Amino acid sequence: MATIAAIIASTHHPFYLRATTATGDDRPPFADEWQAKIEAFRETLTRARPDVLVMVGSDHFHQLWLDNMPQFLIGKAPFYDANYYNEEREFGLPRMKLRGHEDLSAHLLRGGIDAGFDLAFSNELRVDHSITCPIITLRPQADLPIVPVYTNIFAPPMPQPRRFAELGRAIRALVESWPSDQRVAIIGTGHLSLELGGPRQFGPHGPDPEFDRKAVGWIASSDLDAALAEVSLDSLWQPGNATHGFMDFMLMMGVAGDNAKADYADSLDLFHTMEAYFTWYPEGEAGGGEGGAGGAEGWAGGAEGWAGGAEGWAGGAEGWAGGAEGWAGGAEGWAGGAEGWAGGASRKAAP
Amino acid sequence: MSKYLVNKFLYTIDRDPDLVERYRQDPAGTVAWWEAERANVILNCPGAERSTWLSFTDAERDALSGHDYVALFELGAHNFLLLTLFIALFERDYDEPLAFQREFAARLSHWSVPYPDIAT
Repeated sequence: MATIAAIIASTHHPFYLRATTATGDDRPPFADEWQAKIEAFRETLTRARPDVLVMVGSDHFHQLWLDNMPQFLIGKAPFYDANYYNEEREFGLPRMKLRGHEDLSAHLLRGGIDAGFDLAFSNELRVDHSITCPIITLRPQADLPIVPVYTNIFAPPMPQPRRFAELGRAIRALVESWPSDQRVAIIGTGHLSLELGGPRQFGPHGPDPEFDRKAVGWIASSDLDAALAEVSLDSLWQPGNATHGFMDFMLMMGVAGDNAKADYADSLDLFHTMEAYFTWYPEGEAGGGEGGAGGAEGWAGGAEGWAGGAEGWAGGAEGWAGGAEGWAGGAEGWAGGAEGWAGGASRKAAP
Repeated sequence: MSKYLVNKFLYTIDRDPDLVERYRQDPAGTVAWWEAERANVILNCPGAERSTWLSFTDAERDALSGHDYVALFELGAHNFLLLTLFIALFERDYDEPLAFQREFAARLSHWSVPYPDIAT
């Protein structure tokens, strides 16, 4: 059966690429710290040696529209073109092309439907920044096949939060029952408190730091009971009008398992919204240790692998340049990233 | 109330660079053209298989024709579509980064939760 190499939950911030490839006066003051944190986070995926990525995200009114809106959808296609004109315009995101993994898509669709999730599917899906942001931050060489899983966190009526957690549990079980020797990483991105198109948008920090503090604690300990006791479709309007993206974190807590302590947790208080990064290693080895102090030891072991990571980085740069037509411009930022790498060991055992 | 149609306008303008410029330059004319020619096009159907019943209310038409994002917010337009398109329309007119986004927020500062319902 397949191995779950890593489970990763993250915020997705479409300005990361632009902020961290900017130089001179254009480079924002927070870019160095942000880049260092992302590069440390990236290493948590690299060291898990995944073969295929299940990517949980949500379409932002790009291909999916209100005349035909699925709640949960899985892509099944050999390729996924990625990013849209308005993402290029607003965020400077490049056009990309990702390979698909149709066999794992078919397995998740069949098994998910049989488990009681009436999943929509798409055989021609152009994915957007909810999937390409974590590719850029976690696997910028974009060299692994993906299975996109889209959720509706965007257009009411939405599924209940508990349903996201249940789908996460189902995805975990289905990947574990996939008859394959592949190492699968399950990666999902969502939001903490977030306001878009409302009076609290683009403040000095996220619109509700108290919600963020609680949410980071729930995620780091995968405390679904606590999260489900406090979070509802109605309550999520309070921390910010785009906070329903937190339900994708709840899906990932379902994947991680109830009360599974994250092996890696970090966060960054940015203007406008808080960033948060979590990794679990179900097989125990790549993460090293069982959380807390053990996790820190595992990290020290990871530091030895750092040089190896740097080599992977160089290889990644080739993948970057050759990966897709749209990527060429990224190569410069990438080189700058390599320098930042040496000093990048910014990490906390817990947020 | 035709929130869906307001959202459809924002969505179809936002995804087309020529229409973004046209709407910036001539909002009332673009809204009139769009309502007459495009409002009833089902996006995944051939042109002949179109809807027959969609139109704006006067308040919606006026808000769109006036680039009035405060009124559109209050009519329940989807916050993400509204922000994304209006950044494309007006961010360029401001010198400081995020200045337009912060003005947008300030002009809505009389609102607290619950905001107008965006459900369609």
